[in-house]
Amino acid sequence: MRRLRRFLRTPEAVAGTILLTVLFAMALSASLLFPGDPQAIAGPALLPPFQDWSLPLGTDRLGRDVLAELFHGARTSLAVGLAAAAAALVIGAVVGTLAGFAGGLVDEVLMRITDAFQTVPGFLLALAFVSVVGPSLGVVVVAIALGTWTGPARIARAEVLSIRERDYVAGARVIGMRPLEIAFREVLPNALPPVLAMSSVIVAAAILTEAALSFLGLGDPNRVTWGGMIAEGRAVLRTAPFLSIVPGIALVLTVLGVYLAGEGIVETTAVRRGLS
Amino acid sequence: MTLVLLRRRLVGSIFVLLIVVIGTFLLLEAAPGDAVDAYIVSTGGDAGMIELLRHRWGLDQSELTRLANYLWALLHLDLGQSVTFSRPIRDVILERLPTTLILMVSATALSFGLGSTLGIYAGARPGSLRDRFLSVASLALYAVPGFWLGLVLIVIFAVDLRWLPIGGVETLASDKTGLDRAADIAIHLVLPVSALGFIYLALYLRMMRAGMAEVWRQDFVLASRARGLSRRRIVLAHVARNALLPLVTMLGLQSAQMLGGSVVIESVFAVPGLGRLAQEAVAARDTPLLLGIILTSAVLVILINLLVDIAYAFLDPRVGASEAGA
Repeated sequence: MRRLRRFLRTPEAVAGTILLTVLFAMALSASLLFPGDPQAIAGPALLPPFQDWSLPLGTDRLGRDVLAELFHGARTSLAVGLAAAAAALVIGAVVGTLAGFAGGLVDEVLMRITDAFQTVPGFLLALAFVSVVGPSLGVVVVAIALGTWTGPARIARAEVLSIRERDYVAGARVIGMRPLEIAFREVLPNALPPVLAMSSVIVAAAILTEAALSFLGLGDPNRVTWGGMIAEGRAVLRTAPFLSIVPGIALVLTVLGVYLAGEGIVETTAVRRGLS
Repeated sequence: MTLVLLRRRLVGSIFVLLIVVIGTFLLLEAAPGDAVDAYIVSTGGDAGMIELLRHRWGLDQSELTRLANYLWALLHLDLGQSVTFSRPIRDVILERLPTTLILMVSATALSFGLGSTLGIYAGARPGSLRDRFLSVASLALYAVPGFWLGLVLIVIFAVDLRWLPIGGVETLASDKTGLDRAADIAIHLVLPVSALGFIYLALYLRMMRAGMAEVWRQDFVLASRARGLSRRRIVLAHVARNALLPLVTMLGLQSAQMLGGSVVIESVFAVPGLGRLAQEAVAARDTPLLLGIILTSAVLVILINLLVDIAYAFLDPRVGASEAGA
């Protein structure tokens, strides 16, 4: 509770929390407020915003309700962003722990693989993966995770290297715990905090990558995505620029919310560490 | 001593490259259909023809043999044949590479130059109003998707104001040569370079600022203040200079990101570079071409990082010394 109060004292954290709350509300209420298919035709095509109050943000080239699409797009962005970041953190933590704890050849091989993944531009890898396997929500999540797990892996490894020399790890060895058990039950949980501190950056990167993929037409074709909306609006950029600009603003606010909240969390925990 | 470091990096790079090659080979195998299928779709042919082609191209051999063949071909810089372009993949890629390099170098110069300058400006007075403003502004900028920024720039500068061209890399069929042509290309690249560079500007600004905050706390800053140096001199010659080093490393790490970012930016501005080629390869389901692009990017990233390492060793004499001592 005290930590929460301290968290809410920084203006960045408050702004970030408000943005994210609105976003989650949008995502959760999407099917309540806009039941039915958001990709169905709702009115005349290319209706400008603020003209007809049943369609506040107007309609796109095919007469679809922009506001409904925006709400449903929030769902996809959040779902993909959170799932991909979670996958990246899990893969990274496991690989980093194995490399750091095992050392020797295992470490060498795992770290060279990490190097290889860092050498290939993550977005190109995601592009190739989706185009080979075929676009669906799950594939997009895996594709994004493939390009983002390396950062957490490096940090987890560095942390594990310092933890594995501690007394309680030696103690665990003495009482006869198996190496893998020590690595994942004793070392990994203690190596997590700095890895988790990266999560806001990773969620933000995942949301932006998803948007870029669906902008290039590689998102799940059965779902509304903000990136896809921006791409749709591009065809009428001269006459109706708002169609591309509105979902872009939603993206910027979402990513900004994630950064700000993340920064707030890191700052409060840093203060806490400084005090203890 | 720098040579020792360089040699170790080179050996490491070869291993990394080998892993990348095996990875791309696995992706190629996972792709539905093979080169023969792609060829038959475009030319037509019966089952006997398919058998014959598979045999002639060595596609009926075991996976290990094919991997060996693939590696052998790569050693000869042979990336295979592109079905969509009916030309060797290597030639297609080499044709597009210079455009992307110009775009990347300009965008890096913009983001690094402006980012570190603004970072010094913000970090010179930590906690001041301008510091807080730049900090929040850079965070907002960092949240902007590059492709969307590109579209907004097009709406403002190409559609509304008509100051700059909407896309492409030069005026078509203009017969411009020499300096005229260079100026034409430069004007076309203003928007794509801005869209690509501005996102990373925020990164360098924040790194510079954070780095300076660290340096401010060190004893030698206090010492130089005690020696009576002016604040301006302390900021520029001592604090900023020491904070600049990590940014140089970031240049190398960012190169992979920027290559990825150029894919979308080149698509937005119809710049015929490597990134746009990647998108064309995806649209045409030309997997070998796409993987050729990935391999080329990996080599490029490795080369850039080697260059950065060498530059770093020159900038910071401690690097070479500690490596030689170890």
